[in-house]
Amino acid sequence: MWEYSETVKEHYKNPKNVGSIENADAIGEAGALACGDALKLYLKIENDIVVDAKFQTFGCGSAVASSSMLTEMIIGKPLEEVKKITNKDIIDRLGGLPPEKTHCSVMGREALEDALKNYYGYEIGEKSTDKIICTCFSVTENTIKEAVEHGAKTVKEVADLTYASSACGRCKDAIQGIIDSIIGKKEVEQKALTPVQFAIKVNKILEENIAPELSKDKGGIELLDIEGKNIYIKLQGTCSSCPNSTATLKGFVEKKLKELVDPEISVISV
Amino acid sequence: MDTVYLDNNATTKVDPKVFEAMIPYFCENYGNPSSIYESAHVSHCAVEKSRETICEFYSASSPKEIIFTSCGTESANLAIRGTLHNTSKKHIITTKVEHPCVLNTYKDLEEMGYKADYIGVDENGELNLDELKSLVNQDTALVSIMAANNETGAIYPYEEAAEIVKSINPETKVFVDAVQAAGKIKLDVKNTKVDFMGISGHKFHAPKGIGAIYIKEGTNIAPVLTGGHQERALRAGTENVPYIVGLAKAAELAMNYLPYESTNVKALRDKLENGILSTVKNAKLNSRTKNRVPNTTNIGFEYVEGELILLHLDELGICASSGSACTSGSLEPSHVLRAMKTPFTSLHGSIRFSLSRFNTEDEIDYVLKNIPELMKKLAKISPFQKELSQILEI
Repeated sequence: MWEYSETVKEHYKNPKNVGSIENADAIGEAGALACGDALKLYLKIENDIVVDAKFQTFGCGSAVASSSMLTEMIIGKPLEEVKKITNKDIIDRLGGLPPEKTHCSVMGREALEDALKNYYGYEIGEKSTDKIICTCFSVTENTIKEAVEHGAKTVKEVADLTYASSACGRCKDAIQGIIDSIIGKKEVEQKALTPVQFAIKVNKILEENIAPELSKDKGGIELLDIEGKNIYIKLQGTCSSCPNSTATLKGFVEKKLKELVDPEISVISV
Repeated sequence: MDTVYLDNNATTKVDPKVFEAMIPYFCENYGNPSSIYESAHVSHCAVEKSRETICEFYSASSPKEIIFTSCGTESANLAIRGTLHNTSKKHIITTKVEHPCVLNTYKDLEEMGYKADYIGVDENGELNLDELKSLVNQDTALVSIMAANNETGAIYPYEEAAEIVKSINPETKVFVDAVQAAGKIKLDVKNTKVDFMGISGHKFHAPKGIGAIYIKEGTNIAPVLTGGHQERALRAGTENVPYIVGLAKAAELAMNYLPYESTNVKALRDKLENGILSTVKNAKLNSRTKNRVPNTTNIGFEYVEGELILLHLDELGICASSGSACTSGSLEPSHVLRAMKTPFTSLHGSIRFSLSRFNTEDEIDYVLKNIPELMKKLAKISPFQKELSQILEI
């Protein structure tokens, strides 16, 4: 059985503001019957202030408690404040939710967003093409990709870095898919690099990841030759006469190439 | 009203007579049955006398066919893994509605390279025996089929299934998970072609942590727990003497109460079921098989979510369950009701009520008095008011 806080219990036992509002100024919906969770939120708005809010929820105890708490949190509040409410705010006010039940609070936030969109006639909040994978903690696809690029190899490791999937766990398969697509790709790249592909890749990294950094200090870099894993380069501009050029070479250029292309690379300045 | 416990398929109250029978084997007769002195002999005799009782409970041919285990899950693992250990056959069959102790064991075996098939049920929950017939082949090592379903109470024709299996491949072994049938309907294993049958004590008023398995004499099976010679070396580990005695006492009582189960307990269950279906308009019966254990009903409440119902029932002191207790830790709806293609409108709001001989008519009256009002209150919270108003008006 779940451990619910006293506040959660109070709100599912005697939920506040249950029902609908006739002539509501905004109605928001989230979830669906098939998922086992659905919420309808009704708002009455006057002078940009939420003067009344009512809800109807199909869901478990924590879903009802989250909806009830949400209405309590927004009644009497100006829209500017209402917009800023997050899942975490709802959970905090409830005195916490079991991790597996975090997604229940997300539904409240989603219905609220939907209602405000309905009211304004357009999306609220930062527009983003970045897809949300973990709805419990609003973790996007790009954030998960970054975590994998930074070395996370399993769903658990992604969760340790981003919290994604550490609540209800419904997004675990999606995260595994992202990991597979990136790690799979890396393996293919490493296995299949021909000498020409290797050279192209080294050059690309030099141009895109290394040269721009050096140019910040008015320096530059030129690729002269590649022999096996030995990369012959020439430092230019301020870099060529810089007393720290060895540090730049080994600590930055070689490190970056090792990381992004091949760990056996050695960079030699000519 | 104190607690009304209607979750007896999850676990049961230990019968005080069972508890009493166990007590001497803790602090007085604590000898190891394998030892040689007098107090050990008392323990040994207690275990062997219990084995005779359990043999009778199963209607088995000989006490030698009874092995004590720790629970139903262990019995299932012994039958399934123990069979596969001694054969080169790689095909296994079970049903989509088994308990997780069988389903997850099969999933594990699939990962090890076995090929598993899962037979389905129809909308009423009846098992598709034609499908079973079409799946058994010369490579089939084992068929597992439950005697009664934990969530719906449906009784499956395991005797007929065993006949079908053996008629196609006599070498295929048949395991029956009888955990939910034991103590509710009569077991008569010697008149069937079943090779293994598992039971668990805590489902019929023995304590948790004791079970048994029937293994037909002459059946080739390897142990899962290896170690000492106990239980004919099929289940190593010192015998859990007080619990074995408790299991036997519970079985003895259950045999005496079988007629009571099929009359009085059934009457209370029917009263509860009919009462809810006639007073709560958005209630639909999920337990619709022709044959059902006498204590179980499963009812779906449309457009209301199950956990919310359980939490509010708990407030009223009523203990029930939404599907199997093993399922409640996850957020997935019941695999049994999904296999029956239960509509989404009532799938998430399905509640299992399971009675025992300890329930009274007063308790059922109390539930029936409170449920209609509660369901009206919960229906008001639902966003599907339009759909509900159509049902509630009819």
